[in-house]
Amino acid sequence: MTWIETFTSMLGSPLMQRAFLAAVLVGAAAPVVGTFLVQRRMSLMGDGIGHVALTGVALGWLVGNWAGLVPHDSLAVPGAIVMAILGSVVIELVRERGRTNGDLALALMFYGGIAGGVLLIKVAGGTNANLISYLFGSISTVSLGDLAWTVVLAVLVLAVGVGLRTALFAVSHDEEFARASGLPVRLLNMLIATIAALTVTVAMRVVGLLLVSALMIVPVAIAQLFARSFSRTMAVASSIGVAVSIVGLAVTYWQDFPPGATIVVLAIVVYGVAATLRPLLRRALPAGDPHPDVTDDVLIADSAAD
Amino acid sequence: MSDNVIQAEGLGVHLGGQQILSGIDLSVGRGEVLALLGANGSGKSTLVRALLGIVPISSGSVRLLDSPLGRSTPWERIGYVPQRLPGGAGVPSSALEVVTAGLLHGRRLRPPRDARVRALAALEAVGLAESARRPVHELSGGQQQRVLIARALVRAPELLVLDEPTSGIDIPTQQTFVDAVQRLHDAGATVVVILHELGPFAPLIERAVVLRHGRIAHDGAPPHARDEHGGADHDHTHAHPGPTPPPTGPTIAVGATL
Repeated sequence: MTWIETFTSMLGSPLMQRAFLAAVLVGAAAPVVGTFLVQRRMSLMGDGIGHVALTGVALGWLVGNWAGLVPHDSLAVPGAIVMAILGSVVIELVRERGRTNGDLALALMFYGGIAGGVLLIKVAGGTNANLISYLFGSISTVSLGDLAWTVVLAVLVLAVGVGLRTALFAVSHDEEFARASGLPVRLLNMLIATIAALTVTVAMRVVGLLLVSALMIVPVAIAQLFARSFSRTMAVASSIGVAVSIVGLAVTYWQDFPPGATIVVLAIVVYGVAATLRPLLRRALPAGDPHPDVTDDVLIADSAAD
Repeated sequence: MSDNVIQAEGLGVHLGGQQILSGIDLSVGRGEVLALLGANGSGKSTLVRALLGIVPISSGSVRLLDSPLGRSTPWERIGYVPQRLPGGAGVPSSALEVVTAGLLHGRRLRPPRDARVRALAALEAVGLAESARRPVHELSGGQQQRVLIARALVRAPELLVLDEPTSGIDIPTQQTFVDAVQRLHDAGATVVVILHELGPFAPLIERAVVLRHGRIAHDGAPPHARDEHGGADHDHTHAHPGPTPPPTGPTIAVGATL
């Protein structure tokens, strides 16, 4: 089979079509949210939400069992969404309260989230193996129902993140000024926290809860090596997110690699290459004196003597 | 309906278990240029931040432009220039983006259609037109300060509040601030400016409020520099040795002492 045939058969497979659609949407949306998180110096927030979402997955499972739903895990994604939003709102409240003990509160949530998930899944009659697909992603098992969730939530995240980017930038860049402008600072902060939570749950199936944060943050890290503005960083990061998701997923069609880990490793390799090549690729600054052309405000002895 | 742009009554601010401000009564009329003076820690910045709703008020009331502080405040008519840019943001942001953020306010969460033109005009007014696309963290301290004033001016504010605009800033940039205030004043705007010394603002200041220990200690004509020292042609060098300096704080030894 030539590579072209393999390529067409890959695109022809309904499974891969679904997986590609999910990967493209997640790859586009995650870095958009990540740009705001990096701007707020909260790069690890996605990780915290991911841990808490695991408890949500197990809770959804438990409730599904009680209600006798088939399949058992049909409430896993809604459970993850609810817990992720709750968790992100708590993280945001901790941040708003000031730095005191915020670090500890976050750590408690991280560990509580994982431990709660593992414990609850056992109560629900499942095993840790059931959690693995959520922890590390299993895009190849994306069902039509999962895909519908992914499409709706990713489009929502993109619409909010891109549509309100100026306001979300304002509140992330200078919160005091935003307050002095009468912007609904708290609402906007909560909005960022919420779209971060939604992104985590959306990306859960593609890269897994433990690697979600990488897809949000690494493309931003690559983009800001070169970009000179916030909106450019966001646009470039989103494109990189889409590119690594597509390429990473395509690789797994040939090689039996786990898709989530492949996508993340690919992104980190791109970062490494970009950081190495940066001195060569960076657009040269316009030639000229970098010092602003202002009149001196000191008298130098020689000229003063004139 | 009063003609006061700022009307604070019995204003008190309680932060971190401490009473920072108490019993502040302040009214600022339309078109006034008011200097807020006082030592470090006397509550000047906190007063300004309380007036603009940045820090919560624990007692008293504030009215801005005839509406109570809050949702109904006409934020689009108020400009605020903080002391400096918040340090170390994670993502580069261009001067144009920072200024564009100044076009958003309480009732406008998306920039208007002409945002770009207005932001560029504001940057041009502070002499930074050619740096619009540069990331603000690459700009010098004085240039960053100009970006901040452009962000406040982009709204064409009727009330401009500046927090120590001239501290740590070279003379040309100070002049940018003075020019901007002069222009707004000529257009009938009200200006409140926190200062340590009147400096280049002296000719503009009509009234000074001095804070001491979180209360108003003086409200009236601006203090003049002592005697002849304020004159532009005063020669500060002395032909004779000065008096013995007063005892200062502990001396800090430099270098190894062992």
